[in-house]
Amino acid sequence: MTTTPDTGAMDNSPSLWLTFWEIIRSYPLLHYLFRRLGLALLTLVGIVVVAFFLTSVLPGNPAVVRAGPLANEERIQKYEKEMGLDRPLAVQFGDYVIHLGQGNLGESWTSRRPVQDELKERLPATAELGIAAFVATLAISLPLGILAAVYSGTAIDWAIRLFATFGASVALFWLALICIHLFYYKWHIAPPPLDRLTIGIDEPPNVTGFFTIDSLLAGDIDTFRDALNHLWLPALTLAFVVSAPMTKMIRAAMLDVLDKDFIRTARAVGVPFRQIILVDALRNAFIPVLTTSGIVFGYLVAGNVIVERVFSWAGIGQYVWQALDVNNLNAVRGFILLIATVYILLNLVIDLLYSLIDPRIRLN
Amino acid sequence: MTEPLLAIENLYVTLIDDRGKSKTILQGVSFEIYPNEVMGLVGESGSGKSMTALALMGLLPHRAQIHSGRIWFGGQNLLALPKREFSALRGSQIAMIFQNPRAALNPLMRVGNQVARVVRLHQGLGKRAAYGKGLDLLQQAGITDTSIRARAYPHQLSGGMAQRVLIAMMLACQPRLLIADEPTTGLDVTIQAQIFELIKAIQVELGTTLLLITHDLGVVSEVCQRVAVMQAGKIQEVAAVADLFAHPQHPYTQHLMSTLLRVDRPANYRE
Amino acid sequence: MLRMLLRHFTLLLGSAILMGFIAVAWVGPDQMKYEPEKVSRNTYEKPSPEYRFGTDKFGRDILTRVVYATRLDLRIAMTVAVVSFVVGSVIGAIVGYYGGRLDSILMRGVDILFAFPAFLLAMVITGVLGDSEKNVITAVTIAYIPYFVRLTRGQMLTVRTLQYADAAISIGNPSWRVILIHLLPNTLTPSLIQMSMVAGWAILDTAGLAFLGLGITSPTAEWGVMISDGAQRITTGEWWMWLYPGAALVLAAFAFNLIGDGLRNLLRLQ
Ligand SMILES: Nc1ncnc2c1ncn2[C@@H]1O[C@H](COP(=O)(O)OP(=O)(O)O)[C@@H](O)[C@H]1O
Ligand SMILES: [Mg+2]
Repeated sequence: MTTTPDTGAMDNSPSLWLTFWEIIRSYPLLHYLFRRLGLALLTLVGIVVVAFFLTSVLPGNPAVVRAGPLANEERIQKYEKEMGLDRPLAVQFGDYVIHLGQGNLGESWTSRRPVQDELKERLPATAELGIAAFVATLAISLPLGILAAVYSGTAIDWAIRLFATFGASVALFWLALICIHLFYYKWHIAPPPLDRLTIGIDEPPNVTGFFTIDSLLAGDIDTFRDALNHLWLPALTLAFVVSAPMTKMIRAAMLDVLDKDFIRTARAVGVPFRQIILVDALRNAFIPVLTTSGIVFGYLVAGNVIVERVFSWAGIGQYVWQALDVNNLNAVRGFILLIATVYILLNLVIDLLYSLIDPRIRLN
Repeated sequence: MTEPLLAIENLYVTLIDDRGKSKTILQGVSFEIYPNEVMGLVGESGSGKSMTALALMGLLPHRAQIHSGRIWFGGQNLLALPKREFSALRGSQIAMIFQNPRAALNPLMRVGNQVARVVRLHQGLGKRAAYGKGLDLLQQAGITDTSIRARAYPHQLSGGMAQRVLIAMMLACQPRLLIADEPTTGLDVTIQAQIFELIKAIQVELGTTLLLITHDLGVVSEVCQRVAVMQAGKIQEVAAVADLFAHPQHPYTQHLMSTLLRVDRPANYRE
Repeated sequence: MLRMLLRHFTLLLGSAILMGFIAVAWVGPDQMKYEPEKVSRNTYEKPSPEYRFGTDKFGRDILTRVVYATRLDLRIAMTVAVVSFVVGSVIGAIVGYYGGRLDSILMRGVDILFAFPAFLLAMVITGVLGDSEKNVITAVTIAYIPYFVRLTRGQMLTVRTLQYADAAISIGNPSWRVILIHLLPNTLTPSLIQMSMVAGWAILDTAGLAFLGLGITSPTAEWGVMISDGAQRITTGEWWMWLYPGAALVLAAFAFNLIGDGLRNLLRLQ
């Protein structure tokens, strides 16, 4: 190996970069992380471009909307100028990217506030609902997927697959209405579908932004109960729909694993059936399921927008819905970037998890 | 003569393929295995040897169905046994090792833990004690540096090493009947000999009865006392090894000898 | 025979339901007593012999509107499925056939689109394009084109290495001919399954967008629009306003999904 002697720390010559790379490459995990981060960044750049031009090139002028139906040409032009819409698109894009570099997603013209602040405020509501729904999804689809695989070919399997196909066909907003009708209107088990807390109950002091957690942290049981009361129905509704594809994935992965030689070995040496299914098979099936969780994330996010609408849930789904209605371009772009970033980060985490679970993948 | 340890009577097994057509893959298989003997089961690939063994274990694939027949073991017909009782026999009374040993181990579990788990199941030891016992068994199975190797995952082991791990599991089971289905297929020739020696040594030491499935008549002549010859789902001939080699009765056996007794494996041999 | 029937039960059931919907879409509107957008004084009527599915806040007959909506929703779903299939397959076939830089750039783009749930993509595009049937179709189609690009490209990569590709080229066929006539047909099987699934998703997406007030909007008779109208009365119990259009929507999506599942079973066996 030929190492050039270090020419001094302040020297920004290529050889320094070379040494830098060599150090990184000597640590497989670090090297891997860098490559993945680089790729993720590239994807993100692509998304920024797509998000910007998709929202700008297509017809629909925010200035017109802002000026209102009775506005004259002069007023529209004034707003266009004020919002920077009169400049060439390339300039607007450059401006957007520069601001983005400073962590600034631009201003929402409806509220005159920075988009990143508004998203930050609303993200916890969406995350709380999404995570609750995801947990419920696992609680539904794990047992069903396992049952269907273990009893594959029987009536149980058939019924579960029918459920999954049906679940994939159910319109979420319709299911939500059925649930509200039954649980709120008919049986009075659920509160009215109006946001995260009953009107008159104060939000708990903000720590995580999750009302259920924050209220517990504050020791406020009543608020906790109210938050939970508002959370369970939208979460379960969303979970029902997401668990359809999830059940299918778990079933397929389990079927695949149950056919493997090592399962036969475990049975041949007398490992109890329950342990084989829950330990040997499930852990191995987890790997293919994990790699498809990007799809599940997609279902959760798309579903969130609809569920938030039906339950008047003040999350980012509602935010983008309102923004689209009035051509609030910066808000829409901010939403797109946020979702894409989370998705990319999620994939990064999945890959790392994957290498932790599967000893065959040691990132070299 | 002593009672047989295991007697298969007239076993018929059908397999339903992807298109829903059924095919009879075992057509009236019958033979006996006596306590403490080493019985060979030979035959071409696809003749039904593995299916016979899996039927004994109650581990036939879902698509295979036992049509008729009886399997006597320890005075009871295994096929008439409730599922739960049959399961209880697996591992403790009958155990089996397979070909392709690396795939036969759980890829996500350290091999030491896999052996320790079997020790715990059959010898009722605590976690630590079982692990220690597992290391002993690995050593018995011919693995050196057991405390390091035990921490390996299956993909880090060679095929021969993986088979030794499986043999260590068998040692933990101490079954009355051990079935070894082509335990050395795919291993290096030198390793093959070692594995056979190991299996043979264990059989003698534990006094286990062994059903050895193989295509290698050389091994049969060295290890087995009796041998059953199988073709197209039927047992064609059962004989003492010496007799079989001296004067094979069935034309198929003669054919088999002429093809399989060669040093190298036939070119079209699969699996 | 019975076994065959049972084996392909999902496919048969799905096809039967779809046939039913097509029949309704075809002749249904002519059989209706009322006009889909005609208001009347009988608002919020419960289902009765006069109004089988009841009436909405403008006294419009829900049954009539559901039947008219069938025509619209099926038309949109099928158009989306066919157009995204054609466009996506052709793009996928071309990049799969030529490979190289074009392929890697385009597939990165497809990856980017996949980073975004199809429904949200369609939502943003519709939101920006504005509300019309053509715009919804465009938006949802764009959202599903990547699915076919990826699928056909993958197929093409395997097909083009087969011998008859070389044979077709060696006898002097131009490459567009090789791609379209000789190779593309071999990639159709999985696309067919995909098409059926996309039709199911498209119908849900279209109605979902309409429910959010995007794409098809009131007063047009469309399932999502009707469910949205009904949602405004969710706390007062006029369940018939949203239940019937929703049931029709879900049944239609169910049919497409059943057909997709059934086709997958059928084609895997061959
Ligand atoms: N997974 C399978 N799918 C279809 N047929 C199989 C399968 N496994 C075994 N068979 C059939 O069962 C018969 C017996 O196979 P097997 O017992 O594995 O033979 P052997 O072990 O003697 O090589 C073969 O003829 C084969 O066609
Ligand atoms: Mg075999």
